[in-house]
Amino acid sequence: MAASDTAHADHAHDHPTGLRRFLFSTNHKDIGTLYLYFAVVAGVLGYLLSLGMRLELAHPGIGVFPTISAWMHGDNSIDAAKNLYNGFITAHGVLMIFFMVMPALIGGFGNWFVPIMIGAPDMAFPRMNNISFWLLPASLSLLLISMFMEGAPGMKGFGGGWVMYPPLSANTGHPGPAMDFVILSLHIAGVSSLLGAINFITTIFNMRAPGMTLHKMPLFAWSVLVTAFLLVLSLPVLAGALTMLLTDRNFGTTFFDPAGGGDPILFQHLFWFFGHPEVYILILPAFGLISHIVSTFSRKPVFGYLGMAYAMVAIGFVGFIVWAHHMYTVGLSLNTQRYFVFATMVIAVPTGVKIFSWIATMWGGSISFRAPMIWAIGFIFVFTVGGVTGVVLANAGVDRALHETYYVVAHFHYTMSLGAVFGVFAGFYYWFPKISGYMYNETLSKLHFWTLFTGVNLTFFPQHFLGLAGMPRRYIDYPDAYAQWNLVSSYGAYIAGVSLLIFFFTVLEAFSKKRVAGDNPWGPGATTLEWTLPSPPPFHQFETLPRIVGGDH
Amino acid sequence: MFDNLASLRAWRPAVAGLALSAAISAQAFAEETLGHAVPGQMSLLAPATPVAENLDFFHNKILLPLCIIISLFVLALLVYVMVRFNEKANPVPSRTTHNAALEVAWTIIPVLILVLIAVPSFRLLTQEIAVPKTDMTIKVTGKQWYWSYEYPKEEGGGFGFDSMLKDEKDMKPGDLRLLAVDNEVVVPVNKSVLLQVTAADVIHSFVIQPFGVRIDAVPGRMNTSWFKAEKEGVFYGQCSKLCGKDHAFMPIVFRVVSQAKYDAWLADQKKKSASRESEVKFAAAAPRN
Repeated sequence: MAASDTAHADHAHDHPTGLRRFLFSTNHKDIGTLYLYFAVVAGVLGYLLSLGMRLELAHPGIGVFPTISAWMHGDNSIDAAKNLYNGFITAHGVLMIFFMVMPALIGGFGNWFVPIMIGAPDMAFPRMNNISFWLLPASLSLLLISMFMEGAPGMKGFGGGWVMYPPLSANTGHPGPAMDFVILSLHIAGVSSLLGAINFITTIFNMRAPGMTLHKMPLFAWSVLVTAFLLVLSLPVLAGALTMLLTDRNFGTTFFDPAGGGDPILFQHLFWFFGHPEVYILILPAFGLISHIVSTFSRKPVFGYLGMAYAMVAIGFVGFIVWAHHMYTVGLSLNTQRYFVFATMVIAVPTGVKIFSWIATMWGGSISFRAPMIWAIGFIFVFTVGGVTGVVLANAGVDRALHETYYVVAHFHYTMSLGAVFGVFAGFYYWFPKISGYMYNETLSKLHFWTLFTGVNLTFFPQHFLGLAGMPRRYIDYPDAYAQWNLVSSYGAYIAGVSLLIFFFTVLEAFSKKRVAGDNPWGPGATTLEWTLPSPPPFHQFETLPRIVGGDH
Repeated sequence: MFDNLASLRAWRPAVAGLALSAAISAQAFAEETLGHAVPGQMSLLAPATPVAENLDFFHNKILLPLCIIISLFVLALLVYVMVRFNEKANPVPSRTTHNAALEVAWTIIPVLILVLIAVPSFRLLTQEIAVPKTDMTIKVTGKQWYWSYEYPKEEGGGFGFDSMLKDEKDMKPGDLRLLAVDNEVVVPVNKSVLLQVTAADVIHSFVIQPFGVRIDAVPGRMNTSWFKAEKEGVFYGQCSKLCGKDHAFMPIVFRVVSQAKYDAWLADQKKKSASRESEVKFAAAAPRN
C-alpha cells in the first residue's frame, strides 16, 4: 500500500527521558500511552464502584453500603448509606464515560494510531495534545474530591446520577459544594476533549500523507474524525447547560428554577443534546477499529468501505436529532414523541449496515482466530443484542413501561460495557504488539475474553428480566420479587472482576516474557501504515512522508 | 410463529448462557392478575388497562420475537462464517469488497421492518398520550420522599392525603416490603381516571406499569396521564426518577375496587377529612399556651 521511511536516528531530535518525557510530552505516542494508563486507572476505579453496587444489590435489604460509608465518611447510618449509593452510581457513570472509554479509544488509540494511519509525523498541535491529556487528571481529582464534599444537607458527595437533572442538582437537592466540584470537573474534562477533537480534525484534514485521500483513509481515522466532529458540536452545549446550572446554584439565576420562570426540562434538552451524541462518541471509535481487526484477520479488505465510512457519518448526523428519546416521559406532546420515535428508529439502518458489512467482510475470508478477532466477533454479537433492545426502547409506547428500569441499564451496558469495552480490549490486543513491541500470550488473552464475556452477559442479561418486571434503576434496595435475578447479576459482576485480574496478569506476562512481536505480527491482512513501522515505532516516524499509491477500496 | 411465546422466551437466557430454572418461569407465568412482580419474573407485569394490554401485545408479540429473530440471525451468520471461512476451511481469501444488490437489500429490508413496527407503535403511543373524556380526576404530587394525592371537590372529593412507605414494623402479613404504603389510593373499576401529576421539590416519576402509565412529576409543570382499570386488585409502582436518598422508598399503590366499595370509601374519606378540618379549626381557635 505504501512506501515509508522510518526515523533514522534520534540525534537530530530531542528525545527526553523520565519525567520530562511524559510530563512535558508533545509526542503523540507518549501522550497516547499516558491516556491508556489513565484509562486503566479510571476503569479500575469505575469497576470498584460497580462492584460496591453489585455487592449491595446481591441481596434485598441494605447490607454493604453502611460499611463502605463508615470507611469513606466515618458514618455508618442508613441515610448516609443511601446517599453514598447515589454517589456511587453517579461517579461510576462519569468515570466510565469520561475517564475510561473516551481516554482509551480517542485519547489512547486515537493519539497513537490516527497520525500513523494517515502517514503524519505527529498531531497538528503537539503542545495542545499535552494539555488535553494533563487536564484529565485534574478533572478526575475534582470528581473524586467531590465525593468527600457536602452535597445534600448533612450528606457527602453528589448523588444525582451522571445526568445531573436539576432541581436535584440545584440548590433544592444538593446545596453543598459537591455539585460545584462535579460541574468544574466536567467543564475541565470537556475542555480536554474539545482540544483533543480540534487537534484530530486539524490533523486529519491537513496532515494526510501524499495520496492519502479521505476516501482512502483507514476507517479508524474516519471514526475518530466523525467522533471529533460530534465532540466539537455537542460539548459546548453541555458546557452551556453546566454553566447555567452553576449560575443557578451560585449567582441567583433561575434558568432551571420554575419559581423564577425557568424550566427544569430545559436542562434535560440541553443535556441530552450533548448526551446522545456522547454515546456515539463512545462507540464510533470502536466501530472503526473493529473494521480493521475483522479485515486483518479475515485477510480481506473491508466490505463496502464507503458504506462503512458514510454509515458512521450518518450515525453521527442522526445522533444529533434524536436526543428527546431519553425524555419520552417528561410530558412531551404527542407529535414531538412521534418525531423522536421515527428519527430514533432511523439509526438502526446505518448500524445494521455496519453489522452486516462486518459479517460480509468475514464472508469468503480466511479467518484466523487470534485474540483481537475473538474480541471483535464478541463485539459484533453483543452490540447486536444491545442494538435490538435499543429498537424496543425507541418506541415511546413501550418505553412507557421500560423507561428508567433495569431494561434500560441492560440495553446501554450491552452497547457500552460490552460493546465499547470489548472494542477497547479488541484494540488493545490488536495494537499491543505494535505499542510495546512484545507479543501477548494467546491463551491468556482468550481466557480473558471468555471470562469477561461470561461475566458481563451474566451481569446484564438478567437485567432485561428485572426491567420488564418493573425494577427501577438507581435503587439501593428493591422488592423481594427481584432478588433472584439480582443475585445472578451480582455473580456476573464478580466474574467480570476476575477477568480484570486475568487482564493485568496477561499484560505483566507479556512485559516479563518479552516475546518480540516484529513489525507485523498479523500477516498480509494488516494493511494499514502502522504495520510498515517497527514495533514499537520510532520516537518520530515518517520523517520522509510515505506516498500512498493505488487504493484498496 | 408468535403464539408459543413461552418457548421463545426460553431462548433468551440460552443466548446468554444461563441455566434457566423451569420452576421459576412456571411460577412467573402462573399468577397473571397480580399488580406486582413475582419472584424470578422475566416478563412484563400483567396488564390491567386497555393501554397496557396493547403495550403488552406490542412488546410480547411483535418486538420481542423480532429481537430474538434478529439476534439469532446475526449469531447464525457469525457461526456460519466462523465454520465455513476459517483459515483451515478456506485457506485462500476472496477479494470481494462490493455487492450492490446485497448492500441495497440490507438497507431496504431494515427500513421495511421499521416501517412495519412504526404502525402499531404510533397507534399505541397515540392511545397513551391522547387523553379521552375521563370520569374523574386525581391530582398527584411527588415530594421528597412520598406521594400526595388529592380528589377534587367538584367531582365529589374535596380531600387529600399523603401516602408513605409502611415501616417494616407496621407491616401486616401479605404486605410487600418496599411496596406497601400507609394510605392507598382507591379508584373504581372501569372508570377513566385523569391523573394530574406535578412535584413540589425535585423531579419524581409516577409509574404504574400494569396501567401503562409513566409520567414525570416535574416542579412547575402539570403533566397529565390517564388510565381505565378493567380489573380489580392492588397495583404497585415505584418512583422512577432519581430524587435523592430515599428514591427507592416512595412506592405508589392504587387499589381498584367496585363502584359500591369506592362510594363507601369516598364517604369514609370525606368524613375523616371533615373531622381533620374541624380539628385544625379547633386547634387554630384554641388560645396558645
